[in-house]
Amino acid sequence: MKKAEFKASVQSQTGYAVIDLRGEINGFAEAELTAAYDKAELENPSSVVLNFSDVDYINSTGIALIVGLMSRARKARRRLVVFGLSDHYLEIFKITRLADFLSIVPDRESAEAFAAQK
Amino acid sequence: MSEVKSFLRKYLGIFSRSRKPDLRTEEPPGHDSMRTTKAVEVEFTPDDPLLPYLLNAAGIVEVEKIDLDSPILQQLKESGVHITLPLISQGELIGLLNLGPRLSEQEYSTDDHRLLNHLATQAAPALRVAQLARQQQAEALELERLEQEMRVARIIQQTLLPKELPSISGWQVAAHWQPARAVSGDFYDFIEFPNGNIGLVTGDVTDKGVPAALVMATTRSILRTAAEHLVSPARVLKEVNNQLCSNIPPNMFVTCLYAILNPRSGKITFANAGHNLPYLCQQNRVDELRATGMPLGLLPNMTYEEKDFKLAPGARLLMYSDGLVESHNEQGEMFGFPRLRQLLGENTFKQGMIPYLLEQLSEFTGPGWEQEDDVTFLTLERMESVVKEPKTTRDTGGVSRDDEFRVLTEFNLPSQPGNERLAMEKVAEAVQDLGISDTRIEQLKTAVAEATMNAMEHGNHYQSELLVEIRVLCSSSRLTVWITDQGGDKDIPQTEVPDLEAKLEGLQSPRGWGLFLIQNMVDEMRVHTDKHHHSLELIVDLEGGTHEEG
Repeated sequence: MKKAEFKASVQSQTGYAVIDLRGEINGFAEAELTAAYDKAELENPSSVVLNFSDVDYINSTGIALIVGLMSRARKARRRLVVFGLSDHYLEIFKITRLADFLSIVPDRESAEAFAAQK
Repeated sequence: MSEVKSFLRKYLGIFSRSRKPDLRTEEPPGHDSMRTTKAVEVEFTPDDPLLPYLLNAAGIVEVEKIDLDSPILQQLKESGVHITLPLISQGELIGLLNLGPRLSEQEYSTDDHRLLNHLATQAAPALRVAQLARQQQAEALELERLEQEMRVARIIQQTLLPKELPSISGWQVAAHWQPARAVSGDFYDFIEFPNGNIGLVTGDVTDKGVPAALVMATTRSILRTAAEHLVSPARVLKEVNNQLCSNIPPNMFVTCLYAILNPRSGKITFANAGHNLPYLCQQNRVDELRATGMPLGLLPNMTYEEKDFKLAPGARLLMYSDGLVESHNEQGEMFGFPRLRQLLGENTFKQGMIPYLLEQLSEFTGPGWEQEDDVTFLTLERMESVVKEPKTTRDTGGVSRDDEFRVLTEFNLPSQPGNERLAMEKVAEAVQDLGISDTRIEQLKTAVAEATMNAMEHGNHYQSELLVEIRVLCSSSRLTVWITDQGGDKDIPQTEVPDLEAKLEGLQSPRGWGLFLIQNMVDEMRVHTDKHHHSLELIVDLEGGTHEEG
């Protein structure tokens, strides 16, 4: 099996950063995701937005990576805002109760508006 | 007559019919120890010139008067033999009646000569009869001893053959071993591996009887040892060949077919050392399965071709020795491969393949057939694809259900990170025509991917050569996906609801979502564990089910 592709790009805005995720979030994504989050934290934003629109697969290891980001955000008192989840992964976020600790919004516009709030 | 017998016992020297190289005689009277009648050993050589002399002599021969360069004559003279009477039966010299000088120190009289000649005439045939009776008795004893030895050899050999057939779920295995003599050069064997695979062996040693049986025992032992540490049938045969080459008697060799069955996937991997090609009967076809290789024990460092194939449900495999195809009927016609192939193509094995073939062989050879060579069969049949769900499982507490399932797909994947994606895509493709909603398909895909990851990581420890076996079955009411690893012997942990707060606080590992996700993605999850495997059975109810759509 070819190593799954995963890319994460960071855009820093005033008071928040957006991480656009692309590909599969599994064990292979760890280094890229961690590096992206490190970069997103550089300007100490109050919110970090995770864009899942181009994510086509998340496995339990990927869930664990997201839980890791949530843990870091919680310690730094940062909000994590999520948008672009498919219905299936939205269900999984609900089942796993990740949704209880994230701000899940329908689209980028809502996410950025929410993240920009102080 | 009793006097004659007594006389003979005391003075008679006897040539055995087999002309053994000594001639025993009684020490004659008149010698120093004349009344002791001690036996005198006389060395005997068949080319001694005394023998034709005696054979042609008419009656009593006076030893002292013979002048021949004869070792026997020399010994007779040294033993004090004065006269000798050749005992001749059917033109064959069978003994000598030897006498020393008379006790009165007078010459033997004419009456003595007449009496002795009369004695010789009567003694010779009586002695011949006695010799034959003794020889027959010895031969009968020898035959009985040999038969007893063969009975023991057969019992020993039978202990080397499998005592019972392997019991494999979804498969029927049968074997038949019919030696032409008490013992056989044919053999078959089953080797059960820790991962649940089964090794199947048929072999045929050149020749029959005890020599072949001894080589058979050696071959079986070497093969079993090699199979313990080598996976590949071709490598196993290579090692057996190298070891046999230095141990096998000249002009003997062994043909051998060695196959490994994966009962879950139906895949058979095999190599062949000059044995009859196995026949595969499936989907109304009969195919010979070819893999090249020299017989074992002929030349060292041979390599063997390895092939694999898959037995579809309903398929049959026949492995056999040449005793069947080389049998002849009364007209001298050979049974032959074409006849066997034709019979297999007829596919009418209602009573089983082996009874059918034996019946055909019996019809072909006719009554009173003397078996020419050992006959061995090993057959393997994969049951039809309608399978019964396991009757009892740990999770259902023994609840049984009798739904009939058909196989939608089955495949194996190496334990390599990322292969769970392949698993979920293949399963999704297999179930696409069942009318399951997209949502439920996505849920099933996640469950399959997670179960496959668990199998690769926890069961197979990401050893890529260990396979995860996936089987998708469907009945009218349910879909089940079996995901099996090579772990076993250790229970899969019970599913727990992950403590997200503890994970977020860093008090627990962020991992540990797999089983929880699986359980929430399907209607039911069951765990099956045996000594060698774990199977996770994922169940989707096709009639609505209890699992709510997201």
